[in-house]
Amino acid sequence: MGEQPTVKKSVMEEPIFEKGSSGRSGIDVPDPGGPVPIDAVLLREDLAGFPELSEPEVIRHYTRLSKLNFSAATNFYPLGSCTMKYNPVANETAAAMPGFAGLHPYAPDQHVQGALELVRELERWLAEICGLAAVTLQPAAGAQGELTGMKIIRAHHLACGYARKKVLIPASAHGTNPASANLCGYDSIVVPVDERGLVAAAAVEALLDEDVAALMVTNPNTLGLFEADIERIAKSVHQAGALVYMDGANMNALMGVAKPGHMGADVLQFNLHKTFSTPHGGGGPGAGPVAVRADLERFLPGPRVVERDGLYRWDYERPDSIGRVRSFYGNFGILVRAYTYMLACGGDGLGQTTRSAVLAANYLRARLSGVFHLPYQADSMHEVVFTDKFQNETGVKTLDIAKRLLDFGFHAPTIYFPLVVAGALMIEPTESESLETLDGFADALLAIAREAAETPDVPRNAPYETPLARLDETRAARSPVLAWSPKPAETA
Amino acid sequence: MEFPDNLHYTKEHEWVRLEDDGTVLMGITDYAQDALGDIVYVELPVVSDEPVTKDEPFAVVESVKAVSDIYVPISGEITEVNDELPNSPEVLNQDCYGDGWLVRLKPSDTEEFEELLSAKDYQSFIDELS
Repeated sequence: MGEQPTVKKSVMEEPIFEKGSSGRSGIDVPDPGGPVPIDAVLLREDLAGFPELSEPEVIRHYTRLSKLNFSAATNFYPLGSCTMKYNPVANETAAAMPGFAGLHPYAPDQHVQGALELVRELERWLAEICGLAAVTLQPAAGAQGELTGMKIIRAHHLACGYARKKVLIPASAHGTNPASANLCGYDSIVVPVDERGLVAAAAVEALLDEDVAALMVTNPNTLGLFEADIERIAKSVHQAGALVYMDGANMNALMGVAKPGHMGADVLQFNLHKTFSTPHGGGGPGAGPVAVRADLERFLPGPRVVERDGLYRWDYERPDSIGRVRSFYGNFGILVRAYTYMLACGGDGLGQTTRSAVLAANYLRARLSGVFHLPYQADSMHEVVFTDKFQNETGVKTLDIAKRLLDFGFHAPTIYFPLVVAGALMIEPTESESLETLDGFADALLAIAREAAETPDVPRNAPYETPLARLDETRAARSPVLAWSPKPAETA
Repeated sequence: MEFPDNLHYTKEHEWVRLEDDGTVLMGITDYAQDALGDIVYVELPVVSDEPVTKDEPFAVVESVKAVSDIYVPISGEITEVNDELPNSPEVLNQDCYGDGWLVRLKPSDTEEFEELLSAKDYQSFIDELS
């Protein structure tokens, strides 16, 4: 530790502030030919630290930087729990149509009928997919959807006279679930996972009492396993007067094949940026629509699109609503992209997407099991979790395997999550990949396993092919350098 | 991995050492620091007359892998915290039973000692985990 990572000069790009020279510019600004008609006190003496470059230098700088990017548009990106599926270009084309891109949120309802129809229709489609009655598209992210859903559950209990105190959350749930419950004023109680990697009905029943407001369950769970006892669990939760919140972040394992509403879910959030192919990472923006059963519709955030006599309008008269959760109507451009994706796939296509995603995960599972340790034996849904147990015998850990994968041109899987599995490697291939890509990825992991056995230093010191060699993650976390500053010599 | 015989342990991977003055020192075990990996951040409680209760979270340790709560091993008052630790969290990885101690407590209920594990029992507990 403490040594600088090896930098390969040929592929690294200096910051733009260290390029160019004084007086250079992309365009020639005409000489005003006399005094500038601006108050002298407002005029700068010099360009305070701005880079001065020619246009081709700027273009080359940013083009080269873009080539250092790793994205789903360049390489396979099997980041577990994130559903990094390919985002079709058609989505972007639709979202860029002037009728959508040029909309003003204050435009009168009668001028934006098409946009309102899209909102209403997307709500209906999502309700159909999850088997619940009503949907709001307002939440701007999955976690905000969770909070919205929990506020609806709280509103329901308050309407019954008592908000209750606790929310049960399985150890295999998404990491944001306890935070959402806490933000909503509930204590989160962990439900243990059994030897199958699942939540046993008895484990939930043992924790149920009149203070439990809800069970927040991720299904399939973060181990990529379907919660087989879900119907009985939901029945017990309902008998205790509590509700079932289902985290729908893993809907890529269910969409078009099975409906959470039929399994007893009362409230669910979708992650459009996962399941419905809208941009993901780098700030998104995301969208976390929330679906509820019929009697909870009155609590949904307002305003809501309603239709009468073939005309759509925003309805603000919602006295029981939990209130707005996002300015205007959510991330509308993202809704257009998800709508486009659903329209392009069609109902059958969405079901095929799910089947292909599950097949891809199980294919990788079959190719890698035996060589990599599989902590749970049940068939996988849309993702599979391995561990570094076998490779660790020669001291090669999950982090080393992840780093070495970069040399093979693959993004690493999610590592060290879920926390219930020591040294987890969580792989979610999605439906986007060809058999050749899946085989290439499996071959790479098998090659790394051979290296771990024969030449463990190779993975331990990886990566070798990336612009930077292994980073000092500890130092990066303890003393991060978050802003560029001039080199000392230049400030003198 | 070392689990000194003169310490007591919890299933939350903390150690407790009974001192001559009746106070206890506590920290995290070798197993915990190894599983967490490089520790980058430590948040300790403040010294206070307010009693803390066994099993409630009262400190946070963050590594490059994960953030973990540290739980009160023995109910009592916090009489001292390791002020050096937040500035040099790597000490937790280097010397978890010595300079990497977290908190000194004045126990309010010595019967709770009965619930702690011996080094041998903690070792068996760890063996079952892997």
